This record gives sequence, structure tokens and C-alpha cells, in this order.
Amino acid sequence: MTLNQFLPLLVVFSSLIPGCIIFLLGEERRIARTVLNFVGAICMIFFVSLMLWGVHRNHVYEVRYPLIDGVDFALHADPFSLLFVTLSAILWLCTTIYAIGYLEDSPNRARFFGFFSICVSASAGIALSANLLTFLIFYEILTLTTYPLVVHRGTPEALRGGRIYLAYTISGGAVLLLAIVWLRSLVGPIDFTEGGLLAESVNGNRTTFRWIFGLLIAGFGVKAALVPLHGWLPESMVAPAPVSALLHAVAVVKAGAFGIVRVVYDVFGVEFCSQLGVTTGLAVAASITIIYGSLRAVYQDDLKRRLAYSTISQVSYIALGTAIAGPLATTGGIVHLVHQGLMKITLFFAAGNLAETLGVYKVSKLNGVAHRMPWTMLAFTIGAMGMIGMPPMAGFISKWYLGSGALEAGQPWVSLVLVASTIMNAIYLLPIVYSAWFKEPDGPWPHDHNHGKFETHLFLLIPPLLTASLTVLVAVFAETSISPLNWARFIVSREYQP
Amino acid sequence: MSFELTILGLILVPLAAGIAAFIVTRFAAILAVATALLQSLFAFRLAGYVLSNGPLRYKIGGWGAPLGIDLYVDGLSALMVIMTALVGLAVATYSTSYFAIPEHGREHRSNVDIFWPLFLILWSALNALFLSADIFNLYVTLELLTLSAIALIGLAGTVKSLQAALRYLLIAMSASLFYLLGVALLYSVYGTVDWELLGAQMQFDLPDRCAIVLICVGLLLKTALFPLHFWLPAAHANAPAPASALLSGLVLKASFYVLLRMWFDVFPYADLRAVGNLLGILGAAAIVWGSVQAIRQQHLKLLVAYSTVAQIGYLFLVFSLASEPSASWNAWNGAAYFSVSHAFAKAAAFMAAGSLVFATGSAKIDDLAGIAQQQPVTVFAFALAGVGLMGLPPSGAFLSKWLLLNASLSSGKWFFTAVILLGSLLAAIYVFRVVAKSFEAGERQPTRHVPALMQWTPLVLALLSIGLGIVATRPLELLKIGAPVAIEKTP
Repeated sequence: MTLNQFLPLLVVFSSLIPGCIIFLLGEERRIARTVLNFVGAICMIFFVSLMLWGVHRNHVYEVRYPLIDGVDFALHADPFSLLFVTLSAILWLCTTIYAIGYLEDSPNRARFFGFFSICVSASAGIALSANLLTFLIFYEILTLTTYPLVVHRGTPEALRGGRIYLAYTISGGAVLLLAIVWLRSLVGPIDFTEGGLLAESVNGNRTTFRWIFGLLIAGFGVKAALVPLHGWLPESMVAPAPVSALLHAVAVVKAGAFGIVRVVYDVFGVEFCSQLGVTTGLAVAASITIIYGSLRAVYQDDLKRRLAYSTISQVSYIALGTAIAGPLATTGGIVHLVHQGLMKITLFFAAGNLAETLGVYKVSKLNGVAHRMPWTMLAFTIGAMGMIGMPPMAGFISKWYLGSGALEAGQPWVSLVLVASTIMNAIYLLPIVYSAWFKEPDGPWPHDHNHGKFETHLFLLIPPLLTASLTVLVAVFAETSISPLNWARFIVSREYQP
Repeated sequence: MSFELTILGLILVPLAAGIAAFIVTRFAAILAVATALLQSLFAFRLAGYVLSNGPLRYKIGGWGAPLGIDLYVDGLSALMVIMTALVGLAVATYSTSYFAIPEHGREHRSNVDIFWPLFLILWSALNALFLSADIFNLYVTLELLTLSAIALIGLAGTVKSLQAALRYLLIAMSASLFYLLGVALLYSVYGTVDWELLGAQMQFDLPDRCAIVLICVGLLLKTALFPLHFWLPAAHANAPAPASALLSGLVLKASFYVLLRMWFDVFPYADLRAVGNLLGILGAAAIVWGSVQAIRQQHLKLLVAYSTVAQIGYLFLVFSLASEPSASWNAWNGAAYFSVSHAFAKAAAFMAAGSLVFATGSAKIDDLAGIAQQQPVTVFAFALAGVGLMGLPPSGAFLSKWLLLNASLSSGKWFFTAVILLGSLLAAIYVFRVVAKSFEAGERQPTRHVPALMQWTPLVLALLSIGLGIVATRPLELLKIGAPVAIEKTP
């Protein structure tokens, strides 16, 4: 029993403990709160890097604790969980910087940062879960702790958004609970196993397993915003920008997508899934979501809502890559988990900057905004180009792998979906970029806050630039050993081991 | 300190303290808190004895059954005693502040004076009930419990609370009569009231069946199972907050405990499948009806009271689920653990509600708008207790529901699976109605300052109800000791 084994627990605690202390500190202790946030974020990155190093050398990190007889709470670190937890840790740091700048002088900051930190622990917990029950526990904690963030402003719209959010996610959680209890009563404990654990143990009733698969996907699909379970996401955009950025672009929706990948690969197993014939269904659902999300995004004038629909569409790339079920496509889907996170958070940061600094919320009011805020719009442009899938940006790598994976698996119709989606990505993102850079401003900005030397508060400016450069870097250095792409290949090679 | 002293202390110390508190009113609060601390110590010691020695029987005065009075403790009763001790400790702590507030206490000096003796005697009755070994003793303790509960309901002295108390008096007394009649019937046939002896001899001919029906009806009335719940909301909502916490959290559990004992220890070999299914269906109806009513309430404490009506329903699912041997172990454990975690969560919810009502000076949910900013601790406590009521992880109620869901799936009773899940969703609606209201932005009148103990006690208790989901292995291990033979055989 060494400290090593407890690393997964330490990762969860490194944001949970600061979160709890922040509640106790109260509203006024601003410096202590900021220090705690940063210490937590840096600790988390440190612990995660230790585990990255270890897992690469085949160390096993596992914490197990019995809840009741035969039901364990278990955390472990496998390559896939590390991919997600690394993403969360890095983006938490960025978002913390951003949130400090964004919420300056607004009320209820202690509550905000407290729940924010606990949300991050919940998503780290989701990433590190070693079985479905543990996953469910953190999944529900994530639901509960996101709620106060969504309704943070307390306006009628915020409360409405919160209500819709809860209606969807709590029902989703109930469906998930049903599926997990059912599956457990049939096959016993469900630990995530590379390659799946059901294939051998199952004989007989396939229809039951199709039902369970459907319920699991429905439960995760709510958070992953699969159509028609996506309704909460655009409504939750009433939340403050850091929340939309981290939680609705990364933590919450990714938790759903992550769950789908886990179910297909580590519970059912790809082969068993294709035997059941459920992968095609998932691929179709994902494709419909991709097309529908993009289509709706085109018609949104509210910038954050447009990005929200874009998220709906883009997150389903992950489910699509999973459902196509071939090494290449899976690599594409998994790496998109990281890439989409980086790109989308950049876009949300930028949108938040425009709203916070200039009071601009609508796409139609963005004319010439790049003259006033060039750095923000530069970040936005990089993110947008990446989304569309232009090289050398992250989105290009994802789409390349997804496309070639589809061809490899003999499902060329998927490439059509990708092409259609790419065209629509361009339709809803490029006009923003064009009007921001090349049109003349219509007049003075609605609420122009002067922030001194820079175009906006420095804390608001650094994070989008950071994530934008990461968007480029992960693509340019995709072939190096530390890139997300390489890590995704590492994951896939283990999933497809004979 | 020996086992005998512990088990007697659990019954006699609160009784003596109750009498003392009645005489020396000035030190009543201190006396009660000291007793509460001592009780927690005793309760855990008792559990320790049970864990190391198995079920224990203590013959008072050395007489033994069938002549003397026996005390009996196994895992289930030890767990119930611990539950009573911890909730009681929290209520005692909370009450020292609650009744120090002029509007709750000083203005009606007599009420405060009478709360502490009642509370302590209620406690003594609860422990005596959980430790009884015969069904007549259960009647006596149940009666003592009911009498102190009636007085607690009427404690506020308002017209509404007196009405509710009177109604409860009539209902509870007739319920006792039903129960007593059943006991008398059994005694006249078998000449004993010891449940072990009874369980071994029961024949299930006509008199026995009549006795079972009478006992069940009496206990259902006292436990307020739908549709016999009509007296509960008014009674629990109009009592002072600490009293509501006791009534909802503990008193109902006592009559449920008696029924659970009877069902699995006294009539385990009867074919009660049909009755069990009926109770299960009534339980399901209670879950839906109680939750829907809770959603419709305008007053905070009524909402919490209707939530009790709903949550009681979960307990009764066990009588239907346990009729399948494959499911009985999970069902029985689920119900037993559910009653503990509900006691914590509900007591916390009532106490938090009491603090919120005091802070705003209004009983209405609409008047809570924006209160989260001024009373963060109390709102947080209410929300956490709400998590326990919804049965979301990682609370103790979640594990109980997990066990009940397992039981319903393995026995193929899909109907109950659906109701359990639906109940969680409905609970989410009524809990978040309050929480969402408290987040509302806008100008609000500054609230009154709530004493620290009234803020933090509910929070600690709510945290405990969550903690029950994390430390469940120990209590469940305890429950195994002396678990009914009828279910023990199955995995």
C-alpha cells in the first residue's frame, strides 16, 4: 500500500477539498480563495502527470472501497481515463484564471467557486471511475453541483434554464440507474475492462442486452446531448461564461460522451456490440445529432446559443467514432474528446469576452468587433477554423481519422455526414469571422468597459489565447509522443488487443 | 460497564432525566444534552456487544419469559437505537437554541418547560420499544410513545396544532386498540406474548388471521401508510420544528419497526403473499400520492410533511418484495437501511425548514425567494437533506434504493422498479422547488439572524445522511446479526 495507489483519490480530492474550504471561507476572503483555487488546480495537474508517467510504464493505480457487499466504489487510472482527466485538469486551470477575471466584484463568488471546484472533482471522478456504479455516483454529483452554477444569476431565465437542465439530467440519471441495476442483476459486478466484459459471460437473451444498451446510451445521451435529448444544453447557456465554457463545452457533455465510449468498449465490448447490432443504431443517432445540431446552429443569432448547438453537433463526433468501430475511427472519436474541448472552450471564452467587455451577445452585432478586440477575435478565429476542420488545427486531425476510419470500416455514408457537417460548420462560423474582421462597426458598443492597457481584463485574455495556441500545437505536434493523438492511439491499441 | 447496565441505561436514563427535567426546569436543557451524549455512548456500546456476541436477551429481575419481562437486542434493534441516539442528539442540540428564542419559548414559558420532559420520555419509550422482546411490551411502549407524541404536536398551542393533536389522539388511540385486540387474541390462543415462542407455535387458523389483520391495521394507522395518512401532514407541520423532526424521523419508524418484527419474526411462515402485495401496492400509491401532494404545497413544513407520507411508502415495498426468496435479503436490508437514512434526512429537513421559517418569519415557500444569499448554511443543509430524500448518490438513501431496486428486478416486480424511480424524480421536483426559489435574484428584506446551532445542526445531520452512503458496510454487517430466519437463508 503505497501513496501511488491513492493517486486517483488525490486527484479527486485536489479540487474537492479546496471547494469545501472555499465555502467555509466566505465571501470576503478573496485572496485566500484565489490561492486555494490555484493550489488545487496545480496539485491536480501534478498528480495527473505522475499518473500519466506511471500508466505509460504499466503501473496500476487502483483504489477500492466496499460500499455494500459485492458493490465497490472503485477508482482506477487507465489510459482513457487519463486522457479525460488531463483535459479537465488543464482546462480547469485556464477556466479558473478566466473566472477570477470574469466574476470580479459580482456577488456570491464563494458559492460559485465552491461548486465550481466540486464540479471539477466530479468530472475527474467520472474519468477515473473503475466501474459503472462509481461512474453513476460522480455523474449524479456532477448534475447536482452544476445546478447552482446554472442558476447562479438567479434571474427568471436562469431559473428556467436550471429547471430544464435538471428535468433532463435527473431523468437521465434515473434511466442510467435502472440500466446499471438491471445489468448488474444479470452479470454481477461491472468493472470497466479493456475489450469489454460481457462477451464471454453472456449466453441467451440478446434482446434484454439490447434494451440495457439502449437505456445506458439514453442515460448518457442526455448529458452528451444526443438528439432528441439535447434540449437542456441551449437553455443552460444562461449560466455565466466560465460555466458554459468549462462545463457545457467540456465537463458535462464530455461526461456523457465518455460514458458512451466506456459502455461500448469497456462494458459491452466492440465485438459484442456489433453482434447485437446496436452500433449501427448508435451511429445513426450520432449522425442525426451532428446534422441536426449544425443545422440549428446556422439559425441562431445569439452567439452562445449558436455555440451550444455547435457543441451538440460536435460532441456526437465522439459517439460516431465509437459506433463506427474500427481502430482508426475510434482514434478519431477519442482524440476529438480532447480537440473539441480545446476548440470549444476557446470559442466560449471569446464569446464571454465580447459579452463581458462590450455587451455584445448577438451574431448580428459583431460587425468590426475585431478592430476593438483583435486578440480575442484571433483566438476565436483559430477555434472556428479548427471546428471547421482546416489544417493545421486540431479539428482537422479528428475529422481525418474519422473519415478514413469510416472508409476502413466500409461505411462510406459516414463521410457524407462529415462533409455535410463541415460545410455547415463553415456556414455558421465563417460569417462571424468575416464580419468581425472585415466589416465596419455599426456604432458604439452597448456597454464598453475600459480595462486599461489591454483590450479587456488580462485574466480574460490569457485563457483563450492559451487554449487557442494549444489547438494549433496539438495538431502541429500530433506525431510526437506526448500529443493527444498518440495517446489516443495508445488507448485504441489496448482496446483492440487480441 | 456491563451489558446489563448499558441496556437498562438506554431505557432508564432518559426516563429519569425526563422526570428530573420536569421538576428542575431551569437545568432541563443541559440535562437533556448531557443525556443525549450519554445515550449515544450507550447506543454504540450496545452495538459493540451485539457485534461481538450476537443477539442478546436480558431477563429483567431474572424471571424470564413467559412470566417476566425480557429485553432483546439484535442487529436491527441496535441500529434503531443508534439512529434514535444520533437524531436525538441533533434534536437536543438544535432545541437548546430553538427554544431560547422568545417567540418559540419565553413567551409561552410553559411550553418550553414541557418540551424537555416530553422529549426525554419519548426517547425512553423509543428505546424500550426497540429493545422489547414481547408483543405486549411493544404495546405498552407504543402507547407511551403515542402519548408523548400527542403532547409534542400540541406544544405550539395554536388552534391548528391543537386540532391536529386531537385528531392524532383519536386515530392513535383507536390504532392502539386494534393492536391490543390482536395481541389479546394471540395471547388467549397461545398463552404467551414472547415473539420467539409465538413464532414457533403459530398455526394460522382463523383466530390467528384475525389477529394478524388487527395488528396490521393498528400499525398501518400509526405509521400513516396511504390511505391512512390523513392525520399526518397537519400533525407534523404544526408541531414546533424539533418536534416535527422527532415525529417524522423517529416516531413513525417505531411502529414500522414493530410491523417489520411481526412480519418476519412472529408470522414468517404464514402465507401472507396477498397481504404483502397489498401493502406493497399501498406503499407505491403512497410514494406517488405523497410526492404529488408535496409538490402542490405552498407551505414549507407541509411540503416536508407530505414528503414523509411519500417516503413511508418505500418502507412498505419490503412486504411485497420479500415474498420472493431471491429478493428478500435485499428487500429487508433496503427497508431497514432506508428507515435509518430517512430518519437523518427528514430530521435535518425539518430542522432546516424550522430555521428558514424563523429567518423569514413566514411559513410560505414563496417568501423564501433569494434566501440562499443570506442563509447559505441552512439552504445548503436543506438541499443536502433533499439529496437524501431524492435518494441520489452518494447518500444512504441511494444505497437503500439500490437494494430495493435490486430486489424488485430479481423478483421480476417491474411495477415497483418504475415506482421507485418515479419517486426519486418527483422528490427532485419538490426539493428543487424550494432550492430554486432560494436562488431567485432580487431585493429581499433582510432576514433575522439565525443562531449558529440552528444553522449548523441540520447541516451536520444532513451530512450524516449522506455519510450513511459511504460507511454502509458496518451498519449492514450489524443488520446481519439476528436477521430473521425467513430471509437469512438466501444470499
